[in-house]
Amino acid sequence: MPKTIAEINEKIKEGKAVVFTAEEIIEVVKEKGVKKAAQEVDVVTTGTFGTMCSSGAYFNIGHSKPRIKLGGGRVYFNDVLVYTGLGAVDLFLGANALPDDDPRNRVHPGEFNYGGGHVIEELVAGKDIRLVATAYGTDCYPRKRLETWINIKDMNQATLFNIRNAYQNYNVAVNLSEKTLYTYMGILKPRLGNANYSSAGQLSPLFNDPYYKTIGIGTRIFLGGGTGFIAWQGTQHNPDVPRTDKGVPKMGAATLATIGDLKQMSPRWLIGTSVLGYGCSLTVGVGVPIPILSEEILEYTTVTDADILASVIDYSDTFPNLKPDILGEVSYAELKSGKIKVKGKEVPTASLSSYPRAVEIATILKDWIKSGKFTLTEPVEPLPGVESGVTIKSLEERPIEY
Amino acid sequence: MAVSKRIVLRFPRRLVERPIIYRLVKDYDLEFNILKASITPEEEGLLVLELKGDQKEYDKGINFLVKAGVKIQSLSQDVTRNEERCTHCGACVTVCPTGAFRVDPKTRKVLFDNKKCIACGLCISACPPRAMEVHF
Repeated sequence: MPKTIAEINEKIKEGKAVVFTAEEIIEVVKEKGVKKAAQEVDVVTTGTFGTMCSSGAYFNIGHSKPRIKLGGGRVYFNDVLVYTGLGAVDLFLGANALPDDDPRNRVHPGEFNYGGGHVIEELVAGKDIRLVATAYGTDCYPRKRLETWINIKDMNQATLFNIRNAYQNYNVAVNLSEKTLYTYMGILKPRLGNANYSSAGQLSPLFNDPYYKTIGIGTRIFLGGGTGFIAWQGTQHNPDVPRTDKGVPKMGAATLATIGDLKQMSPRWLIGTSVLGYGCSLTVGVGVPIPILSEEILEYTTVTDADILASVIDYSDTFPNLKPDILGEVSYAELKSGKIKVKGKEVPTASLSSYPRAVEIATILKDWIKSGKFTLTEPVEPLPGVESGVTIKSLEERPIEY
Repeated sequence: MAVSKRIVLRFPRRLVERPIIYRLVKDYDLEFNILKASITPEEEGLLVLELKGDQKEYDKGINFLVKAGVKIQSLSQDVTRNEERCTHCGACVTVCPTGAFRVDPKTRKVLFDNKKCIACGLCISACPPRAMEVHF
């Protein structure tokens, strides 16, 4: 008999919920069979821990005396530029933001040692941050300068708001050219010297619910070491892509926008990240619980690394020039073996997302649910699915005539 | 008995222009492989060497270096991993030219074998959370 989320929550509150991670469930179902396991298991937990560039946070820092209108002014947190196109003391900090005097790629490859992601990590760690601001001054907000230490605990709101997280699958990056490339997919050595991938594979949230039958808007999740919610589809959400027989997308597909109170998160799960020659970012921990409402949903969670294919893309030409060619498809099981074959050549592989930390996230979430402190939510609306018509488009440039 | 060790030599300014390593070969019959060499703006020389030879001669050679005023450190202590910061992602694994990083197939954790490390420093800036640290 199919279960409901309300019934599962009752069991969670009684401390009786049966929970496994997306890695453990593979063996459980092998042993018990789908039918029996679907009756017994209530929740499967997933996890992923990788660099997620479209992450950021917004803050309300409180009004100074006299008041200052930072909106439309210029604000820095530890010299990193913060976005001010909002109300008086509302600010947004993106993970890729840089200090004005960072040399960027002027000497290539730039190191990008400190940026928005690092500020977010330090805020979460409870460190004081140096705010320096200038504003234009108004009758009601007369002040034009502000320099002060600020701390997350004194802010009215500090909210992590990531507009694209937890990509459902991703490219495998290689380099066919003669020179080393410094990309967001890591250092790519020339002439197919290495292949980098970035997904937790069988543990990754959206691989375990490939058609978004349970994961939707309003789903409560593990976010950055605390709890958060799925706010919306993430940017570049693109559900209608080629899939395997089991429904697993063979390339980047769905994404999630996530939100949560930064004050209850932890620097272990939000890490300021430096990508050589590329920029600054934030490594984010996301874990999503999947309620086992039916045998079908359970079956999706038994996906293994061998079932998941990713496309091998050349980052010397295909990626930068937005060409469609792929060099082949490989499974995550092959990627995790340490080498793959591309164009007949054996290529060593490396992961950019941390599988051990993904396991840890899925395990923490499992423990939260088993101990009764994390209950499941019913999505208020599903994510746009395969039939939705939501797709990723490239930019059609229209020259501006003068 | 033969030995092979990786060491970091630090030359004070007055020694930078003397053919010190030549003496190791000529007087003590030691074989060397230069892993890294640099002279800082203060004109202190830094040399990372793999030194091979007979144990007795090796000891004599090291003794000669110390007497000449060269500071010696064993290399293995020089590149370290900040275990708090490392997330075990794997970005370092294929970047390292000597294969000092290896993924444990069971736990998927990245193991760092600093005996294989030649302190080239490639992993330092390749590490996204900046967990690799070099100390000379």
